[in-house]
Amino acid sequence: MLMFCCCLLQNSELFTLTYGALVTQLCKDYENDEEVNKQLDKMGYNIGVRLIEDFLARSSVGRCQDFRETADVIAKVAFKMYLGITPSVTNWSPAGDEFSLILENNPLVDFVELPDNHSTLIYSNLLCGVLRGALEMVQMAVDVRFAQDTLRGDNVTEIRMKFIKRIEENLPAGDDQEERKMVFY
Amino acid sequence: MADGVLFEFLHMEMVSHVFKDQQSTNGEMNNKDRAVCTSVLEGMGFRVGQGLIERFTRDSPSFKDELDIMKFICKDFWTQVFRRQVDNLRTNHQGTYVLQDNKFVLLTQLSSGKQYLDDAPKYLAYSCGVIRGALSSLGLDSVVTAEVSLMPSCNFQVT
Repeated sequence: MLMFCCCLLQNSELFTLTYGALVTQLCKDYENDEEVNKQLDKMGYNIGVRLIEDFLARSSVGRCQDFRETADVIAKVAFKMYLGITPSVTNWSPAGDEFSLILENNPLVDFVELPDNHSTLIYSNLLCGVLRGALEMVQMAVDVRFAQDTLRGDNVTEIRMKFIKRIEENLPAGDDQEERKMVFY
Repeated sequence: MADGVLFEFLHMEMVSHVFKDQQSTNGEMNNKDRAVCTSVLEGMGFRVGQGLIERFTRDSPSFKDELDIMKFICKDFWTQVFRRQVDNLRTNHQGTYVLQDNKFVLLTQLSSGKQYLDDAPKYLAYSCGVIRGALSSLGLDSVVTAEVSLMPSCNFQVT
């Protein structure tokens, strides 16, 4: 357990504790871990599709040229900005369409221990949804999942991200094809 | 250290989820359903408020009296949790306090149109719980309610 020695409340504690209260509530509301995992992913997705705007507004990051650049931006800019950590990017697939984010420590799980009857709970699953939702808004369909989790006894937390495909923008149906608007940056 | 904005997004999604969940089981939302949702959010806030104080006041000196506690809530606590200080604290010196925050952080994201006033209580329930939880850990049992008449200003009443 990490003990903070300073006397000041950290803003992160509010987020971490709130997240903990949310997971606890979901475990009460739903019968099994699988359902809770699904809800966390869904909620994360809803957050991600909005968080991306905040991110783009505050980070002045331009459009990424490829998936490798996306990975770097996620690890070095986004994670740093929102969670104050910089995961490392490793384990690239030969095709360059899949990589891992390794988190030495995961701020969401400070002070958290999984009780025995929740061995299949993916506690931080909200993060997967957030990443998926955010990237969808910049035209990337990705698959995000936890490959390792310190809460379940692994040494590190590993998030695996796979590029599925580029999403074509939904153009408004119209007779005049020149009326297409690029809702993009 | 998690960015404050993350909490705001999480909070908004939590409120949305709790209300949607209740609606889907019961079809329509009536006052009783709304009360259930509010109570769920308030309960979550309560435990978080307790947790926050437990970590904070470990090394701090204890408080002289009730007013001292309320001032702490209005300044240090409010700053760390809601990112500003309470603008105005009033009391009748008989155990009732009103804390006025003119730019409450969880209301600033909502439009200030009149039609959103009805929705505002949804976004205050969790915070009422956080305050009640904090006070409870500081030795004060209370009831905390919130009222909005002009967004994003709101009054929290502690009795």
